[in-house]
Amino acid sequence: MTMKVLVPVKRVVDYNVKVRVAADGSGVETQGVKMSMNPFDEIAVEEAVRLREKGAAKEVVVVTVGAQVAQDVLRTAMAMGADRAILVRTDDTLEPRAVANVLKAIATREEAGLICMGKQAIDDDMNATGQILAAKLGWPQGTFASAVTIADGRIEVSREIDGGTEVVSLTLPAVVTADLRLNEPRYASLPNIMKARKKPLETVEIDSLGVDTASRLTVVSVAEPLERKEGVKVNSAAELVEKLKTEAKVI
Amino acid sequence: MTALVLVEVENGAVRQASRSAVAAASRFGAVDAIVFGAGAEAAAALPGVTRLLSVPGLVNDLAEPAADLLAARAKDYSHIVAAASATGKNILPRLAGLLDVQPIPDVVEIKDADTFVRPIYAGNALATVRSADSIKVLTVRGSNFDPVAAEGGSATVETIEAPASGKSVFVKVELSASDRPELESARVVISGGKGLKDAANFKLLEPIANKLNAAIGASRAAVDSGFAPNEMQVGQTGKIVAPELYIAVGLSGAIQHLAGMKDSRVIVAINTDPEAPIFKVADYGIVGDLFEVLPTLEKAL
Repeated sequence: MTMKVLVPVKRVVDYNVKVRVAADGSGVETQGVKMSMNPFDEIAVEEAVRLREKGAAKEVVVVTVGAQVAQDVLRTAMAMGADRAILVRTDDTLEPRAVANVLKAIATREEAGLICMGKQAIDDDMNATGQILAAKLGWPQGTFASAVTIADGRIEVSREIDGGTEVVSLTLPAVVTADLRLNEPRYASLPNIMKARKKPLETVEIDSLGVDTASRLTVVSVAEPLERKEGVKVNSAAELVEKLKTEAKVI
Repeated sequence: MTALVLVEVENGAVRQASRSAVAAASRFGAVDAIVFGAGAEAAAALPGVTRLLSVPGLVNDLAEPAADLLAARAKDYSHIVAAASATGKNILPRLAGLLDVQPIPDVVEIKDADTFVRPIYAGNALATVRSADSIKVLTVRGSNFDPVAAEGGSATVETIEAPASGKSVFVKVELSASDRPELESARVVISGGKGLKDAANFKLLEPIANKLNAAIGASRAAVDSGFAPNEMQVGQTGKIVAPELYIAVGLSGAIQHLAGMKDSRVIVAINTDPEAPIFKVADYGIVGDLFEVLPTLEKAL
């Protein structure tokens, strides 16, 4: 099998951090906040590495679009087993449409046979880049994947849907977006972290790709949601039911 | 301005989330609807829908032909809207890619025809965004828009041929058999977390769910641990619910779970740890062992 798997990853505020809205309403505070690889992207990296280990793929290439510091998530991905990495360097914050334009250029240059990526980044919660990218490439898409099998030039994808699971069969090349149950990502061992430092990491200036990275959305403001008031503790189930009936009038 | 709404029909009835999408779209002006597969009759009966595009040949909601078809019709519309459901989130961003516009997912408030509010960072911030695209492609959260009624309208129906699917083929679907209400539209939801300790103990939620006609949900940690299937997941990356009553059992209230349920009207938490974050959002809390509390709660109901 000669297939190359491209795995786009994103550096985001760590999932354990409760973000604060900036005082001027322009966004959220990211200064001094712990950053990590988007959790769904870790699942995508793991799946790509497993495909290579099973012999279904030849090479796993990770790519991110961001500032110089974003290379730390590329090193993490290589410590998990990716073979090499590409940093598309920009200091701007790009929307999914713009990121998809960048990824399309990279996928075309790399002649990727499969793009495996997280279904959603936990910062902007867009859940859109994979689908936009698939459309722009003219490739089929298997979103919210919980299992994938490659055979005879096709990929079969089990998809998480509202009422259960659906299976679709796609021609390759294709875009797959990873959902929670696809796998459990491995931890990078210390020797593998050391090894990853020596793996190739290429930096590409975003302007050299010549793609449209303009934003179509203007952020008017970012605000805190209404906080809920902390309620009361009750001592027994009977008291709870009483309050739900007479006070909250909900049952 | 006319909006086109992708309407989902299940077992002959329009999904509540789609009826909310119609209500949201009516803010922009006239509303047309499109339905894939069977269900034209139910969709044409939605109040406020002028014209229904029916595509009976496009079954199983495959994203590729669905997005192609929507793209071919898009120039007639200012807005293309769907529920923020698995189907909406699969098809609409692909459509946006075909149209080269930036989709606006999970809209919770419409300010005007160009300006929308949507949660980011698991609902810990609300972003107001203005779109410069000529066609706006958006998904809306059902829990934030009161649905239109299921009947009362009489749209004219235009039947459309389904485009060939080509690159994608539907293989099969496995739906969880359940007589319970859908999570997103249930009046009462009872959810379990890791505190339930194993999959078998999820059954302890059933007697209470039966009494309250509740849907059963799960935290991501519970899904991760294999206690519950993913379609039961409530949270940032699962389903967003806002029932009248939400009962959280043995779950701590991680940020990503709160993102999926904190707009519920009344929240009840049952947890052994008095410091669990779930109590910060709960109207009523019981600090105690769920294995003791659940049977007494069932009896008290």
